[in-house]
Amino acid sequence: MAKSARPRAANPRSSAPKPAAVAASVPDVSAALSSPVEDDATFALRSLQQAHANNKRYDASDAELLKFYEQMVLIRRFEEKAGQLYGLGLIGGFCHLYIGQEAVAVGLQSALNEGHDSVITGYRDHGHMLAYGIDPKVIMAELTGRGAGISRGKGGSMHMFSTEHKFYGGHGIVGAQVSLGAGLAFAHKYREDGGVCMAYFGDGAANQGQVYETFNMAALWKLPIVFVVENNGYAMGTAVKRGSAETHFYRRGTAFRIPGMPVNGMDVLEVRQAAEVALEYVRGGNGPVLMELNTYRYRGHSMSDPAKYRSREEVQEMRDKHDPIEGAKQELLKRGVSEDAIKDIDKKIRQQVAQAADFAESSPEPDMAELYTDVLVETY
Amino acid sequence: MTKMMYRDAVLSTIMEEMARDPDVVVLGEDVVGGMGTAGGPEAIGGIWSTSTGLYDRFGPGRVIDTPISESAIVGAAAGLALSGKRPVAELMFADFIGVCLDQLWNQIAKFRYMFGGKSRCPAVIRMAYGAGFNAAAQHSQSVHQILTGMPGLKVVMPATPADVKGLLRTAIRDDDPVIFLEHKALYATSGDVPDDPDFMIPFGHARLCRAGGDVTIVSTGLLLGMCEAAADRLAAEGIGCDVIDLRTTSPLDEETILDSVEVTGRLVVVDEAPPRCGLAADLRALVAEKAFSSLKAPPLQVTPPHTPIPFARELESAYLPSVDKIEDAVRRVLAWR
Repeated sequence: MAKSARPRAANPRSSAPKPAAVAASVPDVSAALSSPVEDDATFALRSLQQAHANNKRYDASDAELLKFYEQMVLIRRFEEKAGQLYGLGLIGGFCHLYIGQEAVAVGLQSALNEGHDSVITGYRDHGHMLAYGIDPKVIMAELTGRGAGISRGKGGSMHMFSTEHKFYGGHGIVGAQVSLGAGLAFAHKYREDGGVCMAYFGDGAANQGQVYETFNMAALWKLPIVFVVENNGYAMGTAVKRGSAETHFYRRGTAFRIPGMPVNGMDVLEVRQAAEVALEYVRGGNGPVLMELNTYRYRGHSMSDPAKYRSREEVQEMRDKHDPIEGAKQELLKRGVSEDAIKDIDKKIRQQVAQAADFAESSPEPDMAELYTDVLVETY
Repeated sequence: MTKMMYRDAVLSTIMEEMARDPDVVVLGEDVVGGMGTAGGPEAIGGIWSTSTGLYDRFGPGRVIDTPISESAIVGAAAGLALSGKRPVAELMFADFIGVCLDQLWNQIAKFRYMFGGKSRCPAVIRMAYGAGFNAAAQHSQSVHQILTGMPGLKVVMPATPADVKGLLRTAIRDDDPVIFLEHKALYATSGDVPDDPDFMIPFGHARLCRAGGDVTIVSTGLLLGMCEAAADRLAAEGIGCDVIDLRTTSPLDEETILDSVEVTGRLVVVDEAPPRCGLAADLRALVAEKAFSSLKAPPLQVTPPHTPIPFARELESAYLPSVDKIEDAVRRVLAWR
């Protein structure tokens, strides 16, 4: 990955001929302009990349790695089950699965204080909720549109929210959550509670104008926010290179003096270590960080997308060589963790997901009166 | 006549107009949607299959996959149109007008007036609208109410493949900005479409789908099918309904509505948008003002409740107008004194 090895252009001022002495009566405007040299010294643009490059992977204990593995398997099995229920017609509407991207949410959110730091994302939201400890039952029941669902069956797959967990949704308009994230971060700063906001968006959303309005404000006000681009290679059906002029999304904060970090989003330990670096900077009151997590979705954009815009071989290659769960499993085995311990986790997760699905299928439909509730805090 | 689906009527009209006029260009998210640049059979051709094959025929200069940037899509379409092109821009979901409302409302709709008639903005902005797919609050809305309220836009809501053909052709050849609203649930419906390569339906001319004489029902888009079904049920009991398809909400064919209400004295407006400050309220005010002496009952409306659109299937069904609800409204308007 390209780091700071790029040769720096010579400072034009140092090589340019000295201007003639200005007459005393003319105000010296150059003093009002900051020196580019001084500027570079205070600009932390590449420092976080360097810090991450120096120490790429998180030094997890066996127990921690087992926990990461468990959370990733939970997301994978949950999403597979959701895909099945969708196929059976038990889930309607849109359903965007997180399969393949598990290491991102797990690696990043394991570094947050659950229930204290806030998280916000787009419509591919199941994984982020599961990684933040939200009960799979109420998520699955929302997918099936039941009264016991986390949004009482009114939101569905794309719209879920939990104030207790400080998970702020679940948003369907591409990119809108990024601006909302700035508000969440502003509240952390205002309350001086030490919390940060993690705002996720995709490589597609990275082309929405409001993302850049938000970058500017967040940097200007030094908001405690981590912007996370989950670059899975495709903005719906359009490959990144066909829809983005700058495909290295971590560089897109440069114009706003936001340091960026490219991260391998298929390795949970690398993700976690990158989160440590980013969070130390943000919690230190230095303002936002922009992380680009390079990842891959194995399924289509949504359940109705046959994903014909990419080859089977491409998907198979990612599954075979870069699968985050398989990677964590191999790492556990290498460390001498027993295969039985891993199998126990797999079994436990299968049960948990089966219970969530049973709950989601057997709990009652919403009461018809729910159509009219929750429009306002008050009523009309 | 050729039998074709609503979505194919959209596609074939765009294709014919692109072939006829080199100034017609198409842009939108995933309108090519394939791997690489060749388009080809693996390309999506838009999630609604309304641009399939355009890229192969007209190439990258005229069929443009955009980033997910609605403001810039509509803004670029407006700029293209101001300089003489005829862009057909697509917003994947009508709900996304929220992202680009400024370009629609403050820019496109106002150019001609505020520039003293010096500019033309022949842009067509197509978008898929409507509920019924459990797509929840941000992917199901009917937005004609908002756009119809903006002076400077024309708003079209075709209900049949033939109307798609005739109205979309008019839209593309029109010198004013046109919002072209396609109901998602109609894409797979079929109907006969005239083969005349210049078949056009003028804006502001409503279609009388049923003539009955007892009650006037006015609607648009998908809901006309429900209105006709309700009219058929009632006809079996000897109750005759005039069913009027507005086709365009702006301009509005007042005459057809008023002519019908002057005979029936009873009006039911059926709309998929929320009940307040919308098409249904507007039309009821129209007849109250201009056909007051003909009215035999207060005009009624069948709309969703004043709530966002719920996700769960049962809630969404309860939210939407239905044949039963329309039939009930007709009975109520007839029973009034």
